[in-house]
Amino acid sequence: MRYAMAIDTKKCVGCGDCVVACQTENNVPIGYCRDWIVENVNGSYPNVEIELRSERCNHCDNSPCVRCCPTGASHIIEGGIVKVTHNECIGCGACIQSCPYDARYSHPDGYVDKCTFCDHRLAKGQSTACVSVCPTNCLYFGDLDDPNSDVSKALRNRTSKVLAPEAGTKPQLYFLT
Amino acid sequence: MKEELFVSGRNIPYIDPYLNIWHWEIPVYLYLGGIAAGIMFFAGLFTVMGKEKEMETTVKWAPFLVPVALVVGLFALFLDLKHQLFFWRLYTTIRIESPMSWGAWTLMFVTPLSMVWVVSYLKEAIPDWNWRFSIAEQFEVLAIKYRKHMAWAMMALAIILGVYTGILLSAFNARPLWNTSILGPLFLVSGLSTGLAAIMWMSKSHQERTVLSKIDIALIGVELFLIIHLMMGFLAATEVQIEAAQLFLGGDFTVTFWVFIIILGLIVPAFLEILELFGYKIPIWIPSLLILFGGLMLRFLMVEAGQITRYLY
Repeated sequence: MRYAMAIDTKKCVGCGDCVVACQTENNVPIGYCRDWIVENVNGSYPNVEIELRSERCNHCDNSPCVRCCPTGASHIIEGGIVKVTHNECIGCGACIQSCPYDARYSHPDGYVDKCTFCDHRLAKGQSTACVSVCPTNCLYFGDLDDPNSDVSKALRNRTSKVLAPEAGTKPQLYFLT
Repeated sequence: MKEELFVSGRNIPYIDPYLNIWHWEIPVYLYLGGIAAGIMFFAGLFTVMGKEKEMETTVKWAPFLVPVALVVGLFALFLDLKHQLFFWRLYTTIRIESPMSWGAWTLMFVTPLSMVWVVSYLKEAIPDWNWRFSIAEQFEVLAIKYRKHMAWAMMALAIILGVYTGILLSAFNARPLWNTSILGPLFLVSGLSTGLAAIMWMSKSHQERTVLSKIDIALIGVELFLIIHLMMGFLAATEVQIEAAQLFLGGDFTVTFWVFIIILGLIVPAFLEILELFGYKIPIWIPSLLILFGGLMLRFLMVEAGQITRYLY
């Protein structure tokens, strides 16, 4: 099993619903967020292109945050989800430094926190909070090993890219272009 | 034109607008670790060479600074932790792939060893020292007996500690300024040089200082050579690393880097040391202070600037 997410940059309108849904679902402290939206503007008027991306932890296959963790608090669970065990984390910040996507943050309680692909919802057979609320249905989530999952189908029919592939982290967020 | 905006208004403390999760604690710790490694290496070296008499300060007195530097450095590191009550988790596991785990365990061996070294010379420093307990007396006898063995261990551990202070940063692929294998040797050499500066400042023997300052001049030469290679490596690499080097070549950190680290921290003290070898009277505290200052600035600058650099996408 290999969970992944595909984000349709053509359908995303940047409403920020995924961000609010995540903050509500996961009790993210005020001023923090586990997912966010980037507007990437290329060129200048009249030849201008805008790409909207809903970003979060890439749950990398070769995750530098897990490798550099001195206590083993950062670990990978079934499905390739990268998680942090709060009472093993010492808050040294090494994983925050190691992430090319700046997807981790230091929780006000001291430990490091990040997107969990809503594994508590997955266990109940639900999809992640961000995917469930997206009003344009631009987020696709599922198991890459299952050819009939939403994400597999989306990736089969469209061209896609990952962010900073040169970092060698084998990220698992795919942006449909 | 290319512009990236967080339209969802992300402004997470210590992460945005640019990463600054590590503050003064980390450079101070890397700096003190480097000085400790430098002093330990030369104390070990001259003991193994059998020069305890000629190099008295290096072998006997300067190592008194090492446990102090390490304990203060470790305390700074502890202050940096944001989940401090769980710091003991470092010692319930060994993570082969994590430089920080390596460092934590190295310090677990280095710190006690440096204290035992101090114990073995305590009576020479304070002649009427009284241990009060016979077990402490026996321990001291053992420590004195195995000094040569300790010296070898100190040299090996000092090199690991010195290189580790650089590898701690260079292992982070996500920060292009740090992600270069030169950082390990560079921090080791800089640590050895700052350690020597501390010893020279303490030493009263002109003969000892001459030996030390000759080594120091060579180390500063190596350091300049490594810094040139560092810059060449960046400029010949990918866009993110070229951009990282630009911070020092016209960017925000240019003046700090060239004035404080290269000129005041390396070239001027090396020049003063060479003048002294030719017989000019130079107060030893001037080159020593400059080297110690340059080493501190190097670490502050690398930690601060490195966090700004990142992958572009």
